[in-house]
Amino acid sequence: MNYGIIRYIQGVVLEFEALFLLLPCLVAAVYGDKEGLVYLAVAVGCGLLGYLINRKKPESKAYYATEGLITVAISWIVLSVFGAIPFVITREIPSFTDALFETVSGFTTTGASILSSVEDLSHASLFWRSFTHWIGGMGVIVFILAIMPMTGGYNMHLMRAESPGPSVGKLVPKMRDSAKILYLIYLGLTVVEIVLLAITGMPLFDAITISFGSAGTGGFAVRNSGMADYSLLMQTIIAIFILMFGINFNFYFFLLGKHKKDAFRMTEVRCYGLIVLVSVILITSNIYRFHYYPTVRRCLHEALFQVASIITTTGFASADFNLWPNLSKEILVILMFIGACAGSTGGGFKVSRVVILAKTVKREIGHFIHPRSVRAIKMDGKATDPEMVKGVGTYLATYMVVLLISVLLVGLFETTDLETNFTAVAATYNNIGPGLSLVGPVANYGFLSIPTKYVLIFDMLAGRLELYPMLMLFVPAAWKRK
Amino acid sequence: MRIIVVGCGKVGETITEQLIKEGHDISVVDNDPDVVEDITNNLDVLGVVGNGASHEVLLEAGLEQADLLIAVTDQDELNLLCCLIGKKAGGCRTIARVRNPVYNKEIDVIKEELGLSLTINPEFAAAREMSRILRLPSAIKVDTFAKGRVELLKVRLPEGSVLDGCPLMEINARTRSEVLVCAVERGDEVIIPNGRFVLAAGDKISIVASADNGRIFFSRIGVDMHRVRNCLIVGGGTIAYYLAMMLEKAGIAVTIIEKDKERCEELSELLENTVIICGDATDKKILIEEGLPTADSFVTLTGIDEANIFMSLYARSCSKAKLITKVNRINFDEIMGAFDLDTIIHPKKITAEIIVTYVRAVQNSMGSNIETLYDIIEDKVEAMEFIMRGDTKATGIPLAQLPTRDNVLIACISRGRQIIIPNGQTVIQEGDSVIVVTTQQGVQDFSDLLK
Repeated sequence: MNYGIIRYIQGVVLEFEALFLLLPCLVAAVYGDKEGLVYLAVAVGCGLLGYLINRKKPESKAYYATEGLITVAISWIVLSVFGAIPFVITREIPSFTDALFETVSGFTTTGASILSSVEDLSHASLFWRSFTHWIGGMGVIVFILAIMPMTGGYNMHLMRAESPGPSVGKLVPKMRDSAKILYLIYLGLTVVEIVLLAITGMPLFDAITISFGSAGTGGFAVRNSGMADYSLLMQTIIAIFILMFGINFNFYFFLLGKHKKDAFRMTEVRCYGLIVLVSVILITSNIYRFHYYPTVRRCLHEALFQVASIITTTGFASADFNLWPNLSKEILVILMFIGACAGSTGGGFKVSRVVILAKTVKREIGHFIHPRSVRAIKMDGKATDPEMVKGVGTYLATYMVVLLISVLLVGLFETTDLETNFTAVAATYNNIGPGLSLVGPVANYGFLSIPTKYVLIFDMLAGRLELYPMLMLFVPAAWKRK
Repeated sequence: MRIIVVGCGKVGETITEQLIKEGHDISVVDNDPDVVEDITNNLDVLGVVGNGASHEVLLEAGLEQADLLIAVTDQDELNLLCCLIGKKAGGCRTIARVRNPVYNKEIDVIKEELGLSLTINPEFAAAREMSRILRLPSAIKVDTFAKGRVELLKVRLPEGSVLDGCPLMEINARTRSEVLVCAVERGDEVIIPNGRFVLAAGDKISIVASADNGRIFFSRIGVDMHRVRNCLIVGGGTIAYYLAMMLEKAGIAVTIIEKDKERCEELSELLENTVIICGDATDKKILIEEGLPTADSFVTLTGIDEANIFMSLYARSCSKAKLITKVNRINFDEIMGAFDLDTIIHPKKITAEIIVTYVRAVQNSMGSNIETLYDIIEDKVEAMEFIMRGDTKATGIPLAQLPTRDNVLIACISRGRQIIIPNGQTVIQEGDSVIVVTTQQGVQDFSDLLK
C-alpha cells in the first residue's frame, strides 16, 4: 500500500470538492439565501485542507490495483463526509448521521432521503443535493482524471475502480481523453434535458435540479410531491432522458463517430431495450386490468415512468407504486436488481452481467445435452474473456453475500416488516431510492435507527462502487506497507 | 500523434512505453489476451486483441485516425502484411520490423514496393551498434549528433587517471582538449554536474565532444585508444553473423564459437574470413584455447542472458578484452551496472530508439522540434538535439542569462561546420543545432526546458 499517493489524491479530491461547493454559493447569491455563506466557508475549508494535504508530493509512484480500489473508496467517503457538513451547519439536517446519509445518497445517486419535507430546504441546499447526483453519476475520479493531467499508468486503475461494469474499456487510447469524452456526452445530454424541460414550462431551478437528478440517475426531487406536480409531458421527457442515461455511454460514442451501426449492435443495449419494453407492457396491462388509472394511455405513461425510474435506479416518484397490484410490484423489484447498463450512470447489478449470466446458464444446460460441446459466450458478436465470465459469477456471489448480511443487520436493528427491511436494503444497495412498504415512494428513511442508517450508507457506497473498493477497506493485507 | 503498435513483445512494449512518455496516443494490438491485458494495466493505452493484419481489428484500434502504424510482431510476413493494409486502407505511415536475412538483403526493394516509411532489423541494428563500439572500444557507449559531427561518449575513468580529483572547470586545461562533461554516474547516483564538481576514479562520465576532440581527450586521460584487432564472439545467431560481416569489412579478425554443428556449417558458408569453432563456450577450456586471455574484445551473443553475463564476468577476470554483453530479457540495469561489464546491449532498446527517433522526426514536421534523442542513463538522463527554428526566447541572449529549469545542461552547439562547446557567454543563434542534456521527462520543445 502506497500511503503517500493515496493521501495526495485525497488532497486533490478535497480541492475539487471545494470547487463543487462554490456552485451552491452562486445559487444562494441568486436567491439571496444566507446559507450560501456556509457553503462558501466549507468550500474554503476544504480547499485549504486539500492544499495542505497535497503540498508534499508522494515519494513513491508505485500504484497498483489495490491502491486504485482503496483510493476510490476513501475518496468517496471523504467527499461524502465533507459534503455533509453544510447541512449540519445550516441546521437543515441537524444530525450528522442524517446529513451523511443524505449526502452519500446524493453522491451514490441513490436518491433515498431522510427528509419528510424537502421544500423546507434552502435553494442552495436543494441545488447541492441534486448536484451531488450529477457529479456522482459519472464519477468524481473520472471528473478529476478528465481535468487534471495525471501522468503514469495509475489512472487506469482509478478509472476501473470507479466505473461500473464487468469490463471497463477506453473509448480512445488516452484515459484523460476518454474521461473528457464521457463528461462531454454527459454534459451535453444534461443541457439538452434542462432546455427541453424549461421550454415545456418547468421553472428553471426545477429544470436544472431535476435534470441533474435524472442525469446521474439519482432521484432527489425538489418538491414534496416528487414528480406529481409536473405535467405529463414533462414527466415523459424526464422518463425518456433517464432511460437514455441508463444506456452504456459507448452507445453515444459510437453514434457520434463514424460507425453508427455498431451502436445498435451492442448486445447490452438491445437487451436493456427489450427488458424495458416487456416490463412496460406487463405493468400497463396489469394496472389497467385493476383500473388504477382511467385510460390505457395514462396507465402506459405511469408504467413507463416507473419502469424507467426503477431500471435505471433513479427512483423518481410520480405515483405511489406501493399501492399497485403485486405483479407490478414484483416486476419493479426484479428491475431494481437488474439495474441499468454497464458504463452508464445507473446502478444495480447491470444488464451486461445479467446477460452474461443468462448465457452462462444456457451454456451449462447445453452441456448436459451435448457433454462435449464447446461454446464461447459472446457479447456484441465477439467472444468474451473467460476470466470476465468467471468474474461475473464471483461478483454475483459477493453481491448476494453483502445483500443478505445487510438484510440481517437491518433486521437486527429494526422492528419493521420484512418487505420494508428487504426493499430498504435493495433500494439503497442498488442506488434506487424508494423501496416498498414503509420506505415506499411517498415515505422516507428518516425513521430508521442510526446503526441501520450506517449499514445503508455502506450499502449505497458498495453498490455504487461495485463492491470491491468498499470490501477492500476490510482486507488487512491491503493495508500493509510494501 | 495517433499510433498503432502491432505486437506487444519485448520491442513493442519498450516502444510503447517511450512513445507514451512523449505524449502520443497509442493503441496496441496483439493476439494474446494476457499480453494485452498486462500492457493496458500498466500503460495508458487502448488494447485490442486480435490479428494485426485484419482490417477489422485495425479499424477497432483506430486505423482511420492513425498517423503511424508500427508492426513489430515476431513474424516478418505478418509485419509486412499489417503495414500493407495500414498503408492501403488507412493511408498512414508504416514501420515494419523485418529480421529475416533473406528479406534484409532486398530490404530496399521491399520498402520501396510496399511503400513502407521505415524498416528495422533489430539484429542488424544491434550489430551495427556493437561494431561502432568496437571501433572505439574505450567508450561504453557512443551516440552521434549533428549528422555525426558531434559525439556523445560514455567512459569509465580508469584508476590513476589525471582526472581523478579534478574539478570540472579545470578539465579542459588539464587535458588540453575541448569537451563537456554532461552527466556522471557514481554508484547508483546520477549527477548533472556543475563546474565545481570533482571527479573520482571509477565514475562513469558522459561527455560531449567533436569527433576529433573526443579521441584527444581519451588519450590524455589515460584511456586506451586503440581499436580492436580481433574479436571473440560466443553464440552464432543472426547478430553474430551481421557483426562478423561488419568486422570483417573493417579488417578485424573474428572468431565465432557456436554450439550447433549445422549452424556452424551455415555460418562458414555465409562468412569469408571468420574462424568458426563448434563447441560450448560455457566450457572454460574452449574459451582459453581460443585465446580469450589475449583477445582484444569479447562479445557474448547467446540466447541465454544469464550465460552471457557469466561468460563476460569470467572474461573480465582473466583478460583485458573489451566486453560486450547482449541482454534480451533481464531488466536489472542497476545491478548489472555494478558488475563492470563495459557495454551491455539490449537489442530491443536499440530498435525502440530507432523507431522513436523516426517518430520524432515525423513529429518535427508536425510541430515538435526535437531532432535526435538518446537515453544516456537508462530512464534518468536524456540527451536531445534541437534545431533552433524561427524566433524563440532562447536566441540572442548569453547562456548565463537563459532561465533554464533545474538539471538542464546546454552541452554543445553546432553552427554550420563549427562545433561550439558553450560557456556562459555563448549565444544561441537561429539555425543552430543545440544539444541539451537533461533529467526532465517528456520534453517536446526547447521552450519546455525554460522556466
